[in-house]
Amino acid sequence: MRTLRFILQKEFKQIFRNPAILRIILAMPVSQLFILPWAADYETKGINLSVVDQDHSPVSSRLLSKITASGYFKLASYPSSYRAAAAEVEKNQADIILQIPAHFEKDLVRQQQASLFLAANSINGTKAVLGSAYLQSILADYNNQLRQEWTPFPRMNAEARIQVLSANWYNPRMNYRFFMVPGILVVLVTMIGCFLAAMNIVREKEIGTIEQINVTPIRKHHFIIGKLVPFWVIGLVVLSIGMFISWALYGIVPAGSFLTIYLFSGVYLLAILGLGLLVSTVCSTQQQAMLVSFFLLMTFILLGGLFTPIESMPNWARWLTRANPVAYFIDVTRRVILKGSSLRDIMPQLLTMLGFAVLLNGWAVLSYRKTA
Amino acid sequence: MKMITAKNLSKVFGGFKAVDAISFEVEPGEIFGFLGANGAGKTTAMRMLCGLSRPSSGEATVAGFDVYRQQEQIKRAIGYMSQKFSLYDDLTITENIRFYAGIYGKPGRFIKEKTSALLRELHLETEADKRVGSLPLGWKQKLAFSVAIFHEPQLVFLDEPTGGVDPITRREFWNLIYAAAEKGITVFVTTHYMDEAEYCNRVSIMVDGRIEALDTPAGLKQHYSAASMNDVFLQLARKATRSAD
Repeated sequence: MRTLRFILQKEFKQIFRNPAILRIILAMPVSQLFILPWAADYETKGINLSVVDQDHSPVSSRLLSKITASGYFKLASYPSSYRAAAAEVEKNQADIILQIPAHFEKDLVRQQQASLFLAANSINGTKAVLGSAYLQSILADYNNQLRQEWTPFPRMNAEARIQVLSANWYNPRMNYRFFMVPGILVVLVTMIGCFLAAMNIVREKEIGTIEQINVTPIRKHHFIIGKLVPFWVIGLVVLSIGMFISWALYGIVPAGSFLTIYLFSGVYLLAILGLGLLVSTVCSTQQQAMLVSFFLLMTFILLGGLFTPIESMPNWARWLTRANPVAYFIDVTRRVILKGSSLRDIMPQLLTMLGFAVLLNGWAVLSYRKTA
Repeated sequence: MKMITAKNLSKVFGGFKAVDAISFEVEPGEIFGFLGANGAGKTTAMRMLCGLSRPSSGEATVAGFDVYRQQEQIKRAIGYMSQKFSLYDDLTITENIRFYAGIYGKPGRFIKEKTSALLRELHLETEADKRVGSLPLGWKQKLAFSVAIFHEPQLVFLDEPTGGVDPITRREFWNLIYAAAEKGITVFVTTHYMDEAEYCNRVSIMVDGRIEALDTPAGLKQHYSAASMNDVFLQLARKATRSAD
């Protein structure tokens, strides 16, 4: 225990004397939480719409003003033919083409129905899918509006209709920031934990002090605990700064208890620090450590459900996410912060994470060798 | 008891015999010079004796402990100063001393008293709270040596301790080595400076992974009818077929 005290003193002194680390600890949560939630959301706005209106009727122009009033679409062009509109798409100036055929209004009045044509540029899949979905819901709405206007006595309308109303639980206004911020907190804690731990040990290899350490009677686990504890503390500090910013900036207050969040984060940090440690035992330069941890974290984060729901991944990928500590942490922070899950609710995830921590650290201790 | 015994000690990397069956003994209290051209296998041999590298074959004991089975006991008994500077640049002189003494399990009072004695001896009292990174190289080397023997080991390994240091500082460094030897610490030192070889009690010269000669400096000069250790070294090292490093 005494040895550990000496190691910890040394580590903390070195960290607090390293201006780069201090800057990272402060700048990372601030910049990520200030910028990302505003920019990186799933809402698609500013979709460029090219309208081929061959009808030029009051009905079609009302439709157009309804579409542009929604705020999601920009009327990019108003070509006279479909061919011209397609050319706009080719030049990347239009995302969606809406074609209103000639006699649209006439057909609607006489035959009670008429067709529109909609084509989307799917190079950006999200934009295409969401854009056409928005457009279709605007059209459906317009359709109802017309129907009500043209039916003399709407109440006597014999046609039965089922209307689906949906309520969004835990995030009633579908605020994307509520969804993104817990995920960003996870990314923060993960990057800080893994990178700093890996870089720190590899740095000792680079400057040669590790050899001096290895020639002392120091116990492996003392050395490793001495390396882990400071970054564990830093990880929790960054998490606290991050939660403070999410409260101050976005008014996000965890619905669940702080104790649950800190307990799970504490165990999670152990696991992710173990990963950093493992990286450091196989790398001999900071560059290698940087690239390897970048690769691992990139994969973990992209497969972790931060940007794309795990439920919609193919089966094999869903299996992979079970071995992905980041996925558990994203899931748990969202549950605890937004839904208010209790410690008991997240017990299975907590135990799994404990397993990861034991496995990764055990592996790291085994592969750290004082004797080559 | 011999301080070091090595019998047919070898280290093979793939097909390359870095150290090829070397045998020698080092007496307690001796200053033992371990010479050889670059790439002759000095550092590899030394790393095996320190417990940093496992020998491929052969036998060796250091301070009476076996290099295969008792590496941790060896580490308790020795000090080591590597070619690479091994103190922390971002810690002060006292912090470096405290850290290394601490992980050898030395008590707080011992550390405190010995630190102030050491700083007086090295004339570093006014620099005690300066970061090591700001010291000139010569001072760093002297400090690194003092830290390597701070925990009062039986034996200290020095791997080219005076590389890149001016002649005056080298002389001062050797005064520290003599002082350590007088306190009974056995010194095992590699060097490229032949004047330093003359300071040793006995000298071994490695060529291509083997020990080609081992005797007192005077004995070697007589045997090779050479005027200086430099001539002895050149005669032996010219036989080398291995290219440097």
